[in-house]
Amino acid sequence: MLRAIRHKSICPAFGAFRAFASAAKEMTVREALNSALDEEMSADPKVFLMGEEVGEYQGAYKISKGLLDKYGPERVLDTPITEAGFAGIGVGAAYYGLRPVVEFMTFNFSMQAIDHIINSAAKSNYMSAGQISVPIVFRGPNGAAAGVGAQHSQCYAAWYASCPGLKVLAPYSSEDARGLLKAAIRDPDPVVFLENELLYGESFPVSAEVLDSSFCLPIGKAKIEREGKDVTITAYSKMVGYALKAAEILAKEGVSAEVINLRSIRPLDRTTINASVRKTNRLVTVEEGFPQHGVGAEICTSVVEESFGYLDAPVERIAGADVPMPYAANLERMAVPQVEDIVRAAKRACHRSVPLAATA
Amino acid sequence: MSLSATKFVHPITTPPSTRSSDKPLFSTFFGSNHTKLRFNKPIVAAQRRSSSAASTSSPVVAVSDVVKEKKLKSTSNLLITKEEGLVLYEDMILGRFFEDMCAQMYYRGKMFGFVHLYNGQEAVSTGFIKFLKKEDYVVSTYRDHVHALSKGVPAREVMSELFGKATGCCRGQGGSMHMFSKQYNLLGGFAFIGEGIPVATGAAFSSKYRREVLKEPGADEVTLAFFGDGTCNNGQFYECLNMAALWKLPIVFVVENNLWAIGMSHLRATSDPQIWKKGPAFGMPGIHVDGMDVLKVREVAKEAIERARRGEGPTLVECETYRFRGHSLADPDELRDPAEKAHYAGRDPITALKKYLFDNKLASEQELKAIDKKIEELLDDAVEFADESPLPPRSQLLENVFADPKGFGIGPDGKYRCEDPKFTQGTAHV
Repeated sequence: MLRAIRHKSICPAFGAFRAFASAAKEMTVREALNSALDEEMSADPKVFLMGEEVGEYQGAYKISKGLLDKYGPERVLDTPITEAGFAGIGVGAAYYGLRPVVEFMTFNFSMQAIDHIINSAAKSNYMSAGQISVPIVFRGPNGAAAGVGAQHSQCYAAWYASCPGLKVLAPYSSEDARGLLKAAIRDPDPVVFLENELLYGESFPVSAEVLDSSFCLPIGKAKIEREGKDVTITAYSKMVGYALKAAEILAKEGVSAEVINLRSIRPLDRTTINASVRKTNRLVTVEEGFPQHGVGAEICTSVVEESFGYLDAPVERIAGADVPMPYAANLERMAVPQVEDIVRAAKRACHRSVPLAATA
Repeated sequence: MSLSATKFVHPITTPPSTRSSDKPLFSTFFGSNHTKLRFNKPIVAAQRRSSSAASTSSPVVAVSDVVKEKKLKSTSNLLITKEEGLVLYEDMILGRFFEDMCAQMYYRGKMFGFVHLYNGQEAVSTGFIKFLKKEDYVVSTYRDHVHALSKGVPAREVMSELFGKATGCCRGQGGSMHMFSKQYNLLGGFAFIGEGIPVATGAAFSSKYRREVLKEPGADEVTLAFFGDGTCNNGQFYECLNMAALWKLPIVFVVENNLWAIGMSHLRATSDPQIWKKGPAFGMPGIHVDGMDVLKVREVAKEAIERARRGEGPTLVECETYRFRGHSLADPDELRDPAEKAHYAGRDPITALKKYLFDNKLASEQELKAIDKKIEELLDDAVEFADESPLPPRSQLLENVFADPKGFGIGPDGKYRCEDPKFTQGTAHV
């Protein structure tokens, strides 16, 4: 039932066809990323993929399946375990107009290469006064997976999004994944592309427009996944799914929630967020990362700065627990926001009860 | 180590040279194992120089001794022609005078921040970069003024950049430590040590990719990565030695071993101080050369660069050199032994080249003095130009953050911020 609602909001035209065709084409996020990479690599010979296990292993999460056979080892490079080295090599290659896609097995490993992402990729265009741009994409799974422990579960959206010179994208559905990855590869600036491992296997309906090889989503525009009028819920990546489920539950209780899929963390689509808050007067921000200095904090400040008079209740911020991710399954569940947390926060925002701590 | 015409053979393990019996920090521990210089025969000759295995036990050899040795054997085979000699001299003098001018300007308050000077190391920059084509790439560290000048960036632009003016090579946005020039293929200018090495490896990768995958004819650019002895203990260095050798990238790793990383002596920081040995560990030749002698550096540079251009892969070259000044202009330079400094001052590369030119009658005193004067005038003009240049305008603050400025996002009016004509008039608070 959730599918049907989402289906309607994404591609209304299909509603008419449903009687004739069987279910609209569905695509997993994995297939979406794979097809986006495939199409961009075939369209531009300067695009190449580099990372650990992207070639013969077909990708640590099988995102780059089949690409080695199609494009050969010169364009799909298996690297040694040297994040700092190969991220820097990617930047150096991008200096000269090649368009590398650097895959980190998870973004936790990007910390070994963060010097290159920030200092040589993000800042180079500025330091060289526009002479040298870096059309590179750093992609990989971000955030918590299931039971992988503290060192494999951190969300890096807030860290990278605070750095000028970078663009930071976080897709949710297959449409997002295809459109944003294509936009990222075509973009002349460094892009940090934060995927989510648990979403890879999830299937979403895609329209014919999305399947077209020139499909591209604009960077910096959020998407309103579900329209509503009582409370705005912003989320990105996996949390969009949770927020939509929470919106369903709230709808049954008479609260109409508007769910915004941020898609782009940097630049943040402040216009859409503020317009929505001005309509609903209440805001709940949802993210998986650590609460302090997180994406939700930035959204809250943006709304306070621009739409303070429109707020009827304090902004509610849902984030991961302020602890390194525990391993035990029940503790892990408590450390990551769940649908009930979002529902509770939305109700608090609506009924103006005293807010509890940010992570509820 | 023997060097054949077509390829470098991995250096044989040479016994560690004897150290001077004085203080262990005194730097005679590296004899140059390159004392037997090649004669100027054509490259097709099969038999080249003999191994100089025995030479490492002697302390550092001054150019003049080697020259005398050569003169005994042949008087007609000089290493350089007159034109080449004058080009080398002029480049080294430009580097030296420029750095001295920087020091002056710094103390007069016109230059600020971190300024790292290259005095004493000119032979390495000149020796290597003068072999490059304009399309070849150079990646440097924060001690990059002279690399920029050798690569061809005009002194005016470098000086303006140091003064922070809008006419600098990076419009004042980079500064002393971040010199970039797309026109002259100077890729920086990196403040973190070791950061430039992967970037250089990537530039080498891009030339190989363009040649083999994109099939661009003539894409045989070579990259030179310059870095110091301290960097050779950094992980990124080893990662790149591995990958460059693995993928046979056209790069030369040039270590400017000046024995000091700020105040940390190389010997105190490194388990095995002979950096050239680390090359063969990764499957590439490692060569040690006397970096105070521009002619020796040139010889090694020629082979290494040609090797890379032919597609035979990377080379690690360790140049033993010395910086006459402190690490930066803020460094009081108290830890280095004055006797060591005096020893290296006696091996000043410019003095050595001058002597070679005079002894071999390649240039006269007047010609060299004319060059000195020309460079002085050039620098006075550069300082004047930089002084008179305007500071960057306020609107420049937000420029160049992105190549596609839509990255600043959408403003409250629903349009992209960068399309608002008043955008760059704003303050830092976007």
